[in-house]
Amino acid sequence: MSWYALLGAVEQGLVYGIMVLGVYLTFRVLNFPDLTVDGSLPLGAAVSAVAISFGVNPFAALFLALGAGFLAGMVTGFLNTKLGILHLLASILTMIALYSINIRVMSGPNVSLLGRNTVLDLFMRFGLPGYVASIILFTIISLSIVVFLVWFLHTEFGQSMLATGDNPRMITSQGVNTHTVIILGVGLSNALVAFSGALIAQNQGAADVNMGVGTIVAGLASVIVGETVFGRGGVLRAVVAALLGSILYRTAIALALSMKLGAFSFTPSDLNLITALLVVLALTAPRIKARFFP
Amino acid sequence: MMLELIKITKYFHRGSVNEVLALHDISLDVGRGDFVSIIGSNGAGKSTLLNCVAGCFFPDQGVIVLDQRDVSKWPEFKRAALIGRVFQDPLLGTCASMSIEQNLALALRRGRRRGLGRGVRFEDREMFREKLTHLDLGLENRLQDTVGLLSGGQRQALTMVMATLARPEILLLDEHTAALDPKTGQQILDLTQRLVEGMGLTTLMVTHNMHQALRMGNRLIMMHRGEVILDIAGQEKARLQVDDLLARFYTLKKEAFSSDKMLLV
Repeated sequence: MSWYALLGAVEQGLVYGIMVLGVYLTFRVLNFPDLTVDGSLPLGAAVSAVAISFGVNPFAALFLALGAGFLAGMVTGFLNTKLGILHLLASILTMIALYSINIRVMSGPNVSLLGRNTVLDLFMRFGLPGYVASIILFTIISLSIVVFLVWFLHTEFGQSMLATGDNPRMITSQGVNTHTVIILGVGLSNALVAFSGALIAQNQGAADVNMGVGTIVAGLASVIVGETVFGRGGVLRAVVAALLGSILYRTAIALALSMKLGAFSFTPSDLNLITALLVVLALTAPRIKARFFP
Repeated sequence: MMLELIKITKYFHRGSVNEVLALHDISLDVGRGDFVSIIGSNGAGKSTLLNCVAGCFFPDQGVIVLDQRDVSKWPEFKRAALIGRVFQDPLLGTCASMSIEQNLALALRRGRRRGLGRGVRFEDREMFREKLTHLDLGLENRLQDTVGLLSGGQRQALTMVMATLARPEILLLDEHTAALDPKTGQQILDLTQRLVEGMGLTTLMVTHNMHQALRMGNRLIMMHRGEVILDIAGQEKARLQVDDLLARFYTLKKEAFSSDKMLLV
């Protein structure tokens, strides 16, 4: 794998890492398997791309995406808690609804940002080459979100969110309305996912309605790879592990794609297979370790 | 009165072949500071009664007045502001993945708004440590340990402390020693006695154990098939023996129930 490909993988790992932090929030903190993300990632991309094409400041466009993702997540939370729809199904319903909504938002299946200013252009004014600028910017943003999440999960409200995922009966008997916590928690998660989608769109210069396909799988794979490699432990460790897991995951994918065995090499269409194998490996690693290296 | 139940009726699976009349027109007044033990056979409605007070479900009929407030329509989380609870399953009362101090901090804010302030405050730690010292389990030196590392008895002791950390108007104990070994169960009972007497708490304690019911509290209620069939308080309760209790039960119900699980004394 070339140096350039590695940098590309790290960059992808960081920008998708924000999405992974969102997935961590639902999957691990709230214990809520949330497939909304496959729709909210392109939603964030769409909202920010359309906003920019209307002349909105690229940074402001990121926050519009954040808000849109929050609303999408709240819908899933509402369907689950107030209407009593199974979490998985509730999130699938929001996801497919978002497919139509995203096309409405973009008035078509995609929006190009060609010739438009993005957050990266603003950042590159300092004279840095594009691939360095994006890594620096994404590092700053993703680390800020790590800090925010660690702080948030130690607040009174954040603690009741952790408790809601761990033991809903207990936290209800301590006076917390778990419905509110779930709605806001899934909202916050999807806000991060949409924010990530907005950055991705600005980075690659386009938003596309299909760019969200497989987001949840990549997100789960990253969370699980991170946990396997860096351990679970407390909140700080888990959040950092999720971000690093994202970088590891993208690196592993890049490695696999650059691999050549004689005449054989992987193609991008093999990505799903590689991801599946990677998750299986990460999930079984503790068993294999216990079995063969006691 | 701290708690008034007025003509409470609750069916489960109403209208189906599995229809059960869990609570049948129950009226009950519990005075401030009363410690009521509730006994009865399986399916008598003891836990249902407690869950009804806690708000786990709404009764089909009847009114629940807690501390002069009609809480009949209040959801469970809202009633929690007035109620401390300990469950039969020691794993239910605490969060396994969180630390001892985090669990205590969650309990300290029962019934209060939870905002963006620090979950575990520095100034609370000293108070937590002091409360845990009374348990004599060494937990005061393990504030940062994950609760999942504790034994069932330790977790139940912690749950007792949590249920009374923010003073509840009423304490609901649902067979809270049934899942523990006898020795640990006794320790939890001693702790219960100490906390309830120390704070003068109004308490409802469901138990399967007649000796326990006779020894604890100043009032005893026996339930059978969703009804209160015996209600003894004060001096009369203090003189009561297991044999009297059985005799009263026989005469009241005139049923042969030698196989009944209630007789596990």
